[in-house]
Amino acid sequence: MTKPIELEINYKRYLVSSDPETPLLTALREELGLTGTKYGCGEGQCGACTVLMDGAPRRSCQIPVSAAAKKSITTIEGLERDGQLHPVQQAFLDAGAFQCAYCTSGMIMSSVAFLKANPRPTSAEIIQSLQGNICRCGTHPRVIEAVRQAAMTILELGQG
Amino acid sequence: MMSDTSVKFVPEPERYEFSAGPMHHFELARRDFFKFLGAGIAVFAVAKDSLARQETAPTHGFHQEELPKDIAAWLHIGEDGTVTAFTGKVEIGQNIRTSLAQTVADELRVPFESVRMVTADTALTPFDFGTVGSRSMPTMSPQLRRAAAAARDLLVGAAAREWNVAVEGLTAADGKITNPATGRSLRYAELARGKTLAQNLPAEDPVTPPNEWTVAGKPIPKKDGRTFVTGKHQYTPDLRRPSQLYGKVLRPPSFGATLISYDAKAAQAMSGVVIVHDGDFIGAAAGNERDASKALEAIHTEWKEVPQISSKELFSYLKQNATAKSDDRSRRIKGSVEDGLAAAARRLNATYTVAFIAHAPLEPRAAVAEWSDGKLTVWTGSQRPFAVRDELADVFHIAESNVRVIVPDTGSAYGGKHTGDAALEAARLARAAGRPVQVVWTREEEFTWAYFRPAGVMEIKSGIAADGALTAWEFHNYNSGMSAIETPYIVPNQHIEFHSTQCPLRSGSYRGLAATANFFARESHMDELASAAQMDPLDFRLKNLSDPRLSAVLEAAAKSFGWPRKKTQEGQGFGIAGGFEKGGYVATCAEVAVDRSSDAVRVVRVTTAFECGAIVNPDGLRNQVIGANIQGLGGALFEAIEFENGRITNPRFSRYRVPRFRDVPDVEAVLLDRKDFPSAGAGETPITAVAPAVGNAIFNATGIRLRGLPLIPNGLPPTKA
Repeated sequence: MTKPIELEINYKRYLVSSDPETPLLTALREELGLTGTKYGCGEGQCGACTVLMDGAPRRSCQIPVSAAAKKSITTIEGLERDGQLHPVQQAFLDAGAFQCAYCTSGMIMSSVAFLKANPRPTSAEIIQSLQGNICRCGTHPRVIEAVRQAAMTILELGQG
Repeated sequence: MMSDTSVKFVPEPERYEFSAGPMHHFELARRDFFKFLGAGIAVFAVAKDSLARQETAPTHGFHQEELPKDIAAWLHIGEDGTVTAFTGKVEIGQNIRTSLAQTVADELRVPFESVRMVTADTALTPFDFGTVGSRSMPTMSPQLRRAAAAARDLLVGAAAREWNVAVEGLTAADGKITNPATGRSLRYAELARGKTLAQNLPAEDPVTPPNEWTVAGKPIPKKDGRTFVTGKHQYTPDLRRPSQLYGKVLRPPSFGATLISYDAKAAQAMSGVVIVHDGDFIGAAAGNERDASKALEAIHTEWKEVPQISSKELFSYLKQNATAKSDDRSRRIKGSVEDGLAAAARRLNATYTVAFIAHAPLEPRAAVAEWSDGKLTVWTGSQRPFAVRDELADVFHIAESNVRVIVPDTGSAYGGKHTGDAALEAARLARAAGRPVQVVWTREEEFTWAYFRPAGVMEIKSGIAADGALTAWEFHNYNSGMSAIETPYIVPNQHIEFHSTQCPLRSGSYRGLAATANFFARESHMDELASAAQMDPLDFRLKNLSDPRLSAVLEAAAKSFGWPRKKTQEGQGFGIAGGFEKGGYVATCAEVAVDRSSDAVRVVRVTTAFECGAIVNPDGLRNQVIGANIQGLGGALFEAIEFENGRITNPRFSRYRVPRFRDVPDVEAVLLDRKDFPSAGAGETPITAVAPAVGNAIFNATGIRLRGLPLIPNGLPPTKA
């Protein structure tokens, strides 16, 4: 039996008993039931599994669960506050920036991190920031529009 | 440690051509109806001359028969006024949950919010052939409208009885029946209260014409959108059944390999692991995916492999292995091509190819299977839940009524999720384990063991008169299929033929089927002819067309794009292409920029005009059209499955390039709303004109004619003068 690993996810503490080298994605989904984070490729290519580690976007399929200990992890489930959507979530909803929406969690998490680091992005910077996120339905233009809209909302709310 | 080898497990066979017999589960659903939904009014819309009969398998190309119009639909009005409508269709990102709810709300005269759609559950919804062929809007929408119209009549009748007045003059609006003479009204909820009224009604009522729609035709946002942006929606891989195990399947090293030795002693010694070896199927289930994988790694197997061709020899292989003679169903001859060519002022021969490509839906194939008292329930992301039910019943030798297949709204499919592979695997493992088992394919499995869009070779011989009129058109398609194989242009002498061949990879439906291949060949060739005739490519097409709906989309795309455009920069090029398929008319204009120093090609702008009759949800339609264009750019520019000796050699996103944000041009959708035509589907046809438009634009920019898809897997070939 491996020693449990303590994780901080969405400001809550969890103990996981997965092997230390188990990908964080697997621990989130299988052991903790946090299935909002999606598996898409297992090689860090598609971005569907993006979570925030200490605020930075990380491909959770590429992070051993042991490397996630002592970090503050945020998943898509942790963005809502008191029933209020995060401005990026709201912007995706308003822009209808999804079709099958399987990539949406990863798109939103990447964008949340990106807008923290770059609150006044150009379109080119938004495109560059999402280059590692795959959308197979071809909803890219609406995603770009949603991120642009979210940037404005965040600035207005003073959350930047 | 359990091992179960009692049933011969038959892996899912190749099923490119689908056919399904009529299936009827009306009584079953009806019996359970009120148990499931509570009291209220239920309407089963059934055609007069038959019970719920199923739409026949879609046919493509020649001899297309009209689909029967008597598919059943049913809906329920609850005591709280909630309307629940049932359809066997699947939500895969094409937005039918929203657009079908709009049609129900529209016809029943209730607010959109009060309509709930129950989709794709074989125990609850009417039989459905599958969410394929862009049929959801043209077949399901009218069925639900007829059911809703019948329900409305029933409510009017109930109100008339309540008030003891004649039905004439009573009106239905905003969820209530009103008597204008007295000003009195009754809400649907009130009329449904305390009733368990189920009626079979002939589904032939006239439905509301598009110009009187109030809820349909509006850009209503996606139903349940909030569950997607919060990560709460559960796709199949997100489901967790009590005490569920995770399953993994041991794949052969190559296609067609046969097992010659097997030793699972070490794996069977692992605790908490269930191993199944049944025929060629080897799988493991465990408390987590990692343990299941470890168990498979501990199984020693030897396989006999068969030598197979590589993607480098693909096109010559397809030609060489064509069946010697095709039947009448795959050939159309009109006039004499020989005479047409003899009379031509210019003649042209050219060969075009399309590679195998993968659907690569971001949600891989997945299923959860649960056995209980000999009954099987499977949740799986499939476009054909009833077909999957039948496969399961067949493989496990149980009655169809003991199998229930439920499809959660799925992370896309694009024609790639017609089969029940993951469902069979999960069910086989679950039966051995005696516990629910979930199987989720890895991306590599998805790229290898799913099926592909078939590769193809198209050969064209053509002739034009001095004025640019087509005189002869001979078109042969090897392997890719017959969708849109016919030319929409006027040609007095034609020979069009499909040749089936041995296909080296498992192939199946892909968004638009063979229309993408046939459009690419035809519209590239038309561009070559225009160039030979020294005519503008749009003028050349319009000169040879008589279909006003096709001319209209070509002109609409051209107008919005600014065709004909003058080049303002080095390396700039413009292309146009168009056609029709599955009731939809499409035209695409593309602008490319070719960097002569690096031979890099960038698609700068794409304008697609699309017309599919009356538009039900312009916002959803725009999303589909723009999405199809962007997805189509992948197959146009760089997507290709590479294979060698029965192995896919690029089964990862790091080696199989799909469109990413930087690849996405400025995409415009010009939607023509034709309320005088019934709504056709829109999921597929908008993808078809992208590739030839881009290829034609590259020719316009460089003088290089690219006749194979993908056009630039490794950038543009070295520039020739």
